Amino acid sequence: MELVCPAGSLPALKAAVDHGADAVYIGFRDGTNARNFPGLNFDRDEARSGIEYARRAGRKVFLALNTYPAPAQWDRWCAAVDQAAGLGVDALILADPGLMHYCAQTHPRQRLHLSVQGSATNAEAIAFYARQFGVQRVVLPRVLSLQQVRAIIQRVGVEVEVFGFGSLCVMVEGRCQLSSYVTGASPNMSGVCSPAYAVRWEETPAQRRSRLNGVLIDAYRPGEPAGYPTLCKGRFEVGGHTYYAIEEPTSLNVLDILPQLQQAGVAAIKVEGRQRSPAYVAHVTRTLRAALDASARDPAGYAPRPEWIAALDKVAEGACHTLGAYHRPWQ
Amino acid sequence: MKLSLGPILYFWDRDTVLDFYARAADAPVDIVYLGETVCSKRRALRAEDWLGIAERLEAAGKEVVLSTLTLIEAESELGAMRRLCENGRFTVEANDVGAVNLLAGGAGFVAGPHLNVYNAGTLDMLAQAGARRWVLPVELGREELAALQAARPAGMETEVFAFGRLPLAFAARCFTARAHNVSKDDCGFCCADYADGMLLSTQEGKPFLILNGIQTQSAETCNLVAELPEMQRLGVDVARISPQATGTFEIAEIFRAVLDDALDSNTGRARLAAYAPHQSCNGYWYGRPGMDWINP
Repeated sequence: MELVCPAGSLPALKAAVDHGADAVYIGFRDGTNARNFPGLNFDRDEARSGIEYARRAGRKVFLALNTYPAPAQWDRWCAAVDQAAGLGVDALILADPGLMHYCAQTHPRQRLHLSVQGSATNAEAIAFYARQFGVQRVVLPRVLSLQQVRAIIQRVGVEVEVFGFGSLCVMVEGRCQLSSYVTGASPNMSGVCSPAYAVRWEETPAQRRSRLNGVLIDAYRPGEPAGYPTLCKGRFEVGGHTYYAIEEPTSLNVLDILPQLQQAGVAAIKVEGRQRSPAYVAHVTRTLRAALDASARDPAGYAPRPEWIAALDKVAEGACHTLGAYHRPWQ
Repeated sequence: MKLSLGPILYFWDRDTVLDFYARAADAPVDIVYLGETVCSKRRALRAEDWLGIAERLEAAGKEVVLSTLTLIEAESELGAMRRLCENGRFTVEANDVGAVNLLAGGAGFVAGPHLNVYNAGTLDMLAQAGARRWVLPVELGREELAALQAARPAGMETEVFAFGRLPLAFAARCFTARAHNVSKDDCGFCCADYADGMLLSTQEGKPFLILNGIQTQSAETCNLVAELPEMQRLGVDVARISPQATGTFEIAEIFRAVLDDALDSNTGRARLAAYAPHQSCNGYWYGRPGMDWINP
C-alpha cells in the first residue's frame, strides 16, 4: 500500500519525502483546493521545486484541485488544471465532474484521481467516473465500514485510496453544507470549513466561548482544553442534554486494521492535514511508514506497537483516536 | 411556473404517509417526488406501496418522480436503487452519481439536489447522460443560478428548493440514534418519534439544526416565496416545497396564490411565518450564509 502524505508548504513536502511517503499531495495557493487556508499551499515555482525534490527521491506528487467551481470561477479553475498538467504532476485529484470532463478532453494523458470531495461511496458511482473520465483511482469518503470498502474493491476496476490518519469528517465529504449555512463559505465552494475569519473567542470569568459567525459552538470551563470550533465538533443541546451531538474532537487512525486494509486490496493510505506543520507531517509519516512496513512484512504477526499509537495520539485532534466508520458500532 | 412537493424527509408511519398523499392528490402542486431519500432502514412502506401512491397521484393529474436514496453504501442499498431505476414507468430523481450511472442513456431523469451541480460543465455532462431537469444545490444562490440558466442545455428544466428546512449534510452516523445513546444498527427506529426531526440548539438555547437520522437540516425554514417573481424572471420552471408534519398543503396554497397573482408575495411571506417554527432564512439565495434572513 502506498503512503500518501499531505504538504501545505515546501518544507512539509520535503519532510514527507524524507520520512518515507510514497506520494505527497499538494494544492495551489487559492480556492481551487479544499485546504484554502491563509499562508498555506504552493505557487507555481514552489510546486515545481517540490516535484523536483520528490522525483529525485523517486516519489510522486499529486495535486488536489478539489473544490467545485461556480460559473464565475470556471476559467480560473480550468487554468489551474492546465497549470498542474503543465507541471507534470503524477495525478490530479478532482471532484467536479465538469472539471474532470475538461481535463479529460484537454489533457487526455493526465492521470486523474477522484477526490474524497467527489462523494463516491458505491461501485456504481465509481464506475461512472471511471467510464466518463477515465479516473484511475478513487479516494473513498470516511463513511464506509471495512466490509463495505472490501466489497467496493471487489467490484471496481480502479485503485482505491482510503484515509488512514488525521482529523475526521463525520459527514460525507462533498455533501456537507453546514459551514456555508453558518459562514457563507463551504468546503465545496471555498475549500474551507468553519473558516478562521468567522471564529470569535470570548473570555468570561466562568467560561471561554467559541463562536462561528455569532453561533455559539462550544463553552469551556476554566482550565478545560479548548479546541478549534469546527462546527460539527461543538457541544450542543438536544432533548435536554448538552453533549457532542454530532462528533467529538478526535482523529481517525487505522493502525489497528492495516493488515485488513492491505488484504482488502486498498492501493493507498492517505494522511489528512495539509494545514498542519512540517513537524507534524514528519512525525506522522515516519510512524505510518514503520507500521506499513511491518504490516507488509508480516501481516499475520502484525500488531500496532504502543509507541506508534502514543506518537500518533500526541498529534491527534482531541489527543485521542477512533476507527470511525470502518468500525461499524461507531456509526 | 410549476410547484413540486419534495420527498418526505422524515420517518412517518404508513398511514400518515398514505393520508399525506391522498391530500396531495387535491393539492395545487404539479409534481410529486416520492420515496425514501435519507435512510435505507426506514421501510414503513414497501416498493408496491410507493407504486400504488404513484399511480393514484398520476391518475389525479400529477407528474410523479421516484427519488433515490442519497447516501448509498451497502449492496442492499445498491440493489434497491437499481430496482428503482429500472421501474420502467416513472421518472427517477437521482440523488447519487451511482444512480446517474444506471440511468444514463435511458428515458430521462431528474438530477436531484444532492448531486453537486455547480457549473455549466457539469450541467452539460448531466444533460448528455439524459437529465431533463436539475435541482439547484441548496447552497447556491441567484447569481450562480443566473449564470447556469444562461448556459442551460436545451430542454433542461430548472427546479429550486423554495420552502422547508434545508437538507444540509449526510453522514454514516445516525445522530438521532446517537441522541438516544444507541448505535445505528440498534436504533429501534427512534427517528419515527420526531415527525419534523429532532431539534439541536446551541448552549444559549438558540435553535440551530435539525437531526433527522443520518441527515442534518437547518432549524430555520428556507422561505423563498418573495423571490418567486425573481425566479420567474430567471426562467426557473419548478419551485419545490419540502413536506413537514403540519401545514404543507396550506404552504402550497400560499405559493400557488402568489404565483397566480392572487396574493402579493409580502403577504404570502408573512403568512408562511406561521409554518416556520424556528424562524425563516433565505441567505443562500442572496449569496450570504444560508442562515441569514435578508429582507428583499
